[in-house]
Amino acid sequence: MIEFNLPSLGADMDEGTLLEWKVQPGETVRRGQVIAVVDTAKAAVEIECWHDATVAQLLIEVGTKVPVGTPIALLLAPGEDASSAALAPRITGHERIETPRAVGSRPRISPAARKRAAELGLDATLLKGSGPHGVITLDDVESAGRAATPPDRNQAMRQTIAMAMSRSKREIPHYYLCETLALGNAMTWLQAHNAQCPLQERLLPSVLLLKAVALALRAYPRLNGFWRDGNTFEPATGSDLGVAISLRQGGLLAPVLHDVAAKSLPQLMSELANLVERTRSGALRSSELSGAGMTVTILGDQGVDTVIGVIYPPQVALVGFGRISERPWVHEGQLCVMPTVVSSLSADHRASDGHYGARFLVELGHLLQQPENL
Amino acid sequence: MDRQLISSQVLSALKGIAPELDVECLRGDRSLREEVDLDSMDWLRFIEALNKRVGIAIPEADYQQVQTLDTLVDYLLQKGTTSADPPLISP
Repeated sequence: MIEFNLPSLGADMDEGTLLEWKVQPGETVRRGQVIAVVDTAKAAVEIECWHDATVAQLLIEVGTKVPVGTPIALLLAPGEDASSAALAPRITGHERIETPRAVGSRPRISPAARKRAAELGLDATLLKGSGPHGVITLDDVESAGRAATPPDRNQAMRQTIAMAMSRSKREIPHYYLCETLALGNAMTWLQAHNAQCPLQERLLPSVLLLKAVALALRAYPRLNGFWRDGNTFEPATGSDLGVAISLRQGGLLAPVLHDVAAKSLPQLMSELANLVERTRSGALRSSELSGAGMTVTILGDQGVDTVIGVIYPPQVALVGFGRISERPWVHEGQLCVMPTVVSSLSADHRASDGHYGARFLVELGHLLQQPENL
Repeated sequence: MDRQLISSQVLSALKGIAPELDVECLRGDRSLREEVDLDSMDWLRFIEALNKRVGIAIPEADYQQVQTLDTLVDYLLQKGTTSADPPLISP
């Protein structure tokens, strides 16, 4: 029997409200399959299963808010059958509703009332019950719904960002470096590539920048990882990068682009496009919300010259890129016009020093001179 | 295709990218990307959507010519009349 726990939803997210089960007991699930949808302050997140298994039992109901790490389902490993796993007493649907497996302090609430509370965005633990033994009834939920102001997603988003960024500035001794990088070769290569390929295969400069960061990190591992409790640095094992993506309604998310160093530019482009689209439509997966060893923020061509970012804990560095623009440049003693970008590194002084960070930015510049090798 | 039809296709494509857009407030002589706050990924999606709607794939080299709503419609109108390919308009 496998206990499936609510996975981590990013450093600034420690609980989630179950919106929907995508599976039923008895159903076979594959590794990577979405089994549930959970709401967080920032977005609805699709929870993926990390085992090939059969669903034995769902432990929480729709509308329940639980902390990260809470068992939410029991799964049978391949080959295991329900009778061999009989140590967990089978709980009928009826019993499950009446005596739900205790998860934190759960309010006594009728299923219909719970469903309605979830629809209204009300926290059932805060409602007063007028039914027998203080059970919360549908009427209680409806009247609380009329009294409550509608939940403000933007405000929840701001609070979440405020918490993560305050923690960062409180705990992380940041140092900052900036370097202007010449992108003449990169932009010429990109324009030539985009001119000869179909519209659907056009690449954006962001993809080159992300790939170059991932490759440069291989030589500078102390910028790629996590500062853990107990004052130790844990290097990341791969090249998973967080990508800061702004939302049209305000706020931002930094979901993960996996294995950036190992992927081709076209593959990264299609994954980035997909990630941006799903971030903005609110369909991210749990595996995309945590685990990045570093975050990259690219303000893009409508932006400003320089961005100096705030590190996303527990990461130890953040790379920022301002607007790619044509600027005066001296090349082999001649003044010329060159597309350039100001790169910046915000890094955690506990994990690295300025000299190390400077060498990283210089390496990044070198890599971008040979776009055909990215 | 006439100007009005192209214009409505452009606005529909824009609404697909930026659902909150108030078309009435859009100034035709200003940078479209600034007016609608389109980042480079939004812009690429928009160019793709235009290609699906009017059958014209605007090359990157021509981006300078299509910066405002007015110049974009001019551009599509001109390419539409010179292009041998029939425009693809989904119903």
